[in-house]
Amino acid sequence: MVYFAKWKIIIVAIVCVFGIATAVPNLFSEKGVEGIPGWLPSQQINLGLDLQGGSHLLLEVDVASVLSQRREGMIDSLRDGLRRGSPRIGYRRLGARGECVGFDLVKQEDLTRARRVIRNLESNTFDPTLDVNVDGLSVTVCSTETGQRTILSSAVQQSIEIVRRRIDELGTREPTIQRQGADRILVQVPGLDDPERLKALIGTTAKMTFHLLDQSNSAAASCGAGRRRPPGTFCLPSQEDRDVNNNPIMYLVKRRVMVDGENLVDAQGTFQDGQAVVSFRFDTVGARRFGSVTRENVGQPFAIVLDKKVISAPVIREPILGGNGVISGNFTIQAAQDLALLLRAGALPAPLTVLEERTVGAELGADSIAAGKFASILAVVLVIVFMAAAYGMFGMMADVALALNIVLIAAVLSMLQATLTLPGIAGIVLTIGMAVDANVLIFERIREEARNGRTPISAVDAGYKRALTTIIDANITTLIAAVLLFQFGSGPIKGFAVTLAIGLLTSMFTAIMVTRMMVVIWLHRRRPKTLPL
Amino acid sequence: MRLISFVPVGTKINFLKFRKMAAVFSLFLCVASVGLFAAKGLNFGIDFRGGILLEIRTPGAADMSKLRASLGGLGLGEVQLQEFGQPTDVLIRIERQAGGEKAQLVAVEIAKKALGDEVNYRRTEFVGPKVGGELIEAGVTAVLLALGAMLVYIWFRFEWQFGVGAVIAILHDVLLTIGIFSLLGLEFNLSTVAAILTIAGYSINDTVVVYDRVRENLRKFKQMPLTELLNLSINATLSRTLLTSVTTLIALLTLYLFGGEVLRGFSFAMIWGVLVGTYSSIFIAVPLLVYMNLRRSGLIVGDTDDDDAPAGKTAN
Repeated sequence: MVYFAKWKIIIVAIVCVFGIATAVPNLFSEKGVEGIPGWLPSQQINLGLDLQGGSHLLLEVDVASVLSQRREGMIDSLRDGLRRGSPRIGYRRLGARGECVGFDLVKQEDLTRARRVIRNLESNTFDPTLDVNVDGLSVTVCSTETGQRTILSSAVQQSIEIVRRRIDELGTREPTIQRQGADRILVQVPGLDDPERLKALIGTTAKMTFHLLDQSNSAAASCGAGRRRPPGTFCLPSQEDRDVNNNPIMYLVKRRVMVDGENLVDAQGTFQDGQAVVSFRFDTVGARRFGSVTRENVGQPFAIVLDKKVISAPVIREPILGGNGVISGNFTIQAAQDLALLLRAGALPAPLTVLEERTVGAELGADSIAAGKFASILAVVLVIVFMAAAYGMFGMMADVALALNIVLIAAVLSMLQATLTLPGIAGIVLTIGMAVDANVLIFERIREEARNGRTPISAVDAGYKRALTTIIDANITTLIAAVLLFQFGSGPIKGFAVTLAIGLLTSMFTAIMVTRMMVVIWLHRRRPKTLPL
Repeated sequence: MRLISFVPVGTKINFLKFRKMAAVFSLFLCVASVGLFAAKGLNFGIDFRGGILLEIRTPGAADMSKLRASLGGLGLGEVQLQEFGQPTDVLIRIERQAGGEKAQLVAVEIAKKALGDEVNYRRTEFVGPKVGGELIEAGVTAVLLALGAMLVYIWFRFEWQFGVGAVIAILHDVLLTIGIFSLLGLEFNLSTVAAILTIAGYSINDTVVVYDRVRENLRKFKQMPLTELLNLSINATLSRTLLTSVTTLIALLTLYLFGGEVLRGFSFAMIWGVLVGTYSSIFIAVPLLVYMNLRRSGLIVGDTDDDDAPAGKTAN
């Protein structure tokens, strides 16, 4: 006698109730969900950026720049350390040597002291991973691979923090910012109407420094190919101002940093004399330094440098002691506000490069949802009609299972908080077509067994038993494809893999448990002589 | 209620008779696909080639020649325009810019400036050269791993001959899909790769169902000649094969027609894949077994459910 265990019926019932309860919140609007009592599930399906609209950006931290900055820092500390020794440690040719930093000692007997300087360098920078090579008088200091990885890792971590602060300032809802691989950052910002502004904000390093200008030499004589710069200076182009040939005007800037953007505590875009400006405030250290430099250099121009470009080069009219100042350039209101935002959020440790952008407007997202909904509903209706026509009452039982299947997919998606993408909807529609496959297999087998002269009950039993291995074999192979898609796919494709896999599992459950339960209960009630198949 | 019979009951079609013809036909198509791929190549989308894609909606019907003129004069290299679903919607493809990632970013800005503010940007995508290369690699890896994993699974569940047969059938389907994309010049992008993997999954699903029956019949009819046995197995599973293809095609066709422009390429690939996959599991995967020296003795391991008598009482 075909028999369906009580505990299985209970399992099916629990899964159905649970599935429906979990799926139902998706029918409500966002407001409606808030009205659901706390003890009921209220999570909705997470829509991907391609459905709700938004920007997906893949960023890369400039590794070379991180490491070269690190080398610069090491050179500065070495110079300090070697000079501070008493007596002074004599050295020549201190500088970068390939990936490393090196110098030549003047006297061999200074080596022990020089080593101590390097060891101090290690403890100062929390980087106990330096490789020191001595060859005669020449000393080379390299970061080991572990050391480089640590440096890079902290640069990426810091970049993520800065990017998060910048995006938060934009006031968008729930941005996702996560690390990907060794040197990449994935940024996903839903519902944004100006992706160009976002990219500009992220793509700016925003390293700001204040320098004095070199007044004793003219920029025209010192800057440009083949001309010699006086020591301790560099040439920087103006951000806005151009000469008659439309080349940016050059400034001869003293290398020494008066004050650093790190000492800023606040910056705001405001108006001064009808012009958009950025007002800023230094912390105590910055205010003191700025005060003393401006006191000593009244009448001299200084340069406000942002990412190696001179924003403006005003003349110091009087000492600025309160730590407050104003940057004026040819700003639009938006530009002044953005610069203030960048200064507040802080500078990136290294430039970020946008490797990939995918932005979908909210309108296209809504269109995609509507099209996907329509296609899904139509597919369901057509398949339901087809199954009923092909298998009659059995087909209708399969249809009930199909409907439940869709509810379960929605439930699992809500529960796992997996992201539904447009390809994900395609996955659901495909599952609608393929979900009935398990039932088709079973029904065909039952038909065949009945034709071979089995009684209805025996045919049903044999049909399920024999079709089961086939169903499992066939679904596992497709599942393999889904898992690999998830592993190797990016964003939207992952969404497809998720719904395909969930759909396969739920369709196996509904075919093996739910339709079977219905068929068995029906057999018990009616005890038919022949099967209506 | 009278049921509609989509497939006649108890067909006795001699499929194996067509095996040589099918083999020649398929071989020709495969060679043609490889040839097309080599000669004409694929119309790679920006996912793989890198470049820029903008989908815009203009206030009125889009003036293509005006758009072409304003975008063509920007010095951004090759710019393709395509009406996308509606007369107001235009898909703009700009080739990958020389130089690194920064150059792409700048090009997007230039193009947006030229298009002005009155157009609605429905989609902005750009893929830099670095990511493009990685996506190709990941796509190829995924397809190869999927084929390998399926081969191993089938080998493990059946015999190696079945594994080889199934993988040749999938390879056939994948090749033909690449072939049709090359022939029609359809855009080949990430979702096409997803479609190919799904086709592989679907095709093997179909093949496994028939193979399962072959295995069962090999145990049941020990004396039956192999070709006759294979024919019997194909015929027994024929209605299932066709019915499932029909329901899947119904779903895919609604997706193709009503699922929106973005999914059209994907659903086309899938429809083609289902057709080819159904054909290959009947005409390629099963006939291949004839040539691979199946040992029947090896198949009798495991359960011997050779009871043809009606089953008695069974606990669930």
